[in-house]
Amino acid sequence: MGSVASRLRVTDEGGVARIEFIDRNILDEANIQQIGEEIGRIIDSQDAPKLLISFKDVEHLSSAALGTLITLTNRIKAKGGALKLADINSQIYEVFVITKLNKLFDIHETADEALSSFE
Amino acid sequence: MAACARVEGIYDKEHSLRDEREQIDAFKAEFSSLLASHGYSEACVFGIRLAFEEGLVNAFRHGNENDPDKPVRITYSIDSTEVHLQLEDQGAGFDPESVPDPTREENLEIPSGRGIMLMRAYMSEVVFIPPGNKLRMRYCRPDSK
Repeated sequence: MGSVASRLRVTDEGGVARIEFIDRNILDEANIQQIGEEIGRIIDSQDAPKLLISFKDVEHLSSAALGTLITLTNRIKAKGGALKLADINSQIYEVFVITKLNKLFDIHETADEALSSFE
Repeated sequence: MAACARVEGIYDKEHSLRDEREQIDAFKAEFSSLLASHGYSEACVFGIRLAFEEGLVNAFRHGNENDPDKPVRITYSIDSTEVHLQLEDQGAGFDPESVPDPTREENLEIPSGRGIMLMRAYMSEVVFIPPGNKLRMRYCRPDSK
């Protein structure tokens, strides 16, 4: 059986998979790949996946992490689902703004606000 | 002239890093600690570290083509007004102009190609020395003038 520890905390919030990261720094490519695979399995397990990714406690992330988020959101959209992001600190939000990915992602200030925005 | 106008190429520290997370994290911890000891704010350190991380990942992935035996040579200097940082990989180089603008509407959904723009956004100067396997970055502390 898999012995690799999960890099995510996942809870079900009324049909929405609420995901938080264990790591404060999402930089290491192997970790990013693992995160992508773990979230990918959640997407695969639902017909129209609803995911909320909270960046609570995340201090650093790289463009590779952004790339994985883009891949995941494309997969979710292809299945008619929705991905929302929340709890992004101001420094990391600036990275989204610089890359203009704040236009691509549905970003909310808090996880609660994001949760209530799901239809 | 601003205090941050030192001639490029003055490096007083050198490291050789392999693509091993523990080694990279140890270097980054030392580097961040040096930045803090020279008075760089948390926001400055965030940007410099991000630019370094992006440059390093590109050097290992695209430059050294993931060869674990090939190190990346890091040279740098830090003083109270600016940071000079150079990363040299063992690849054949590349043309940075060939990387499409990831912020264009039609490229937003492409997962890769944001590292160089992030380096340029956070650092004062980013130069790829031809043939492109040597990346030179400079950061001017915003409150150093």
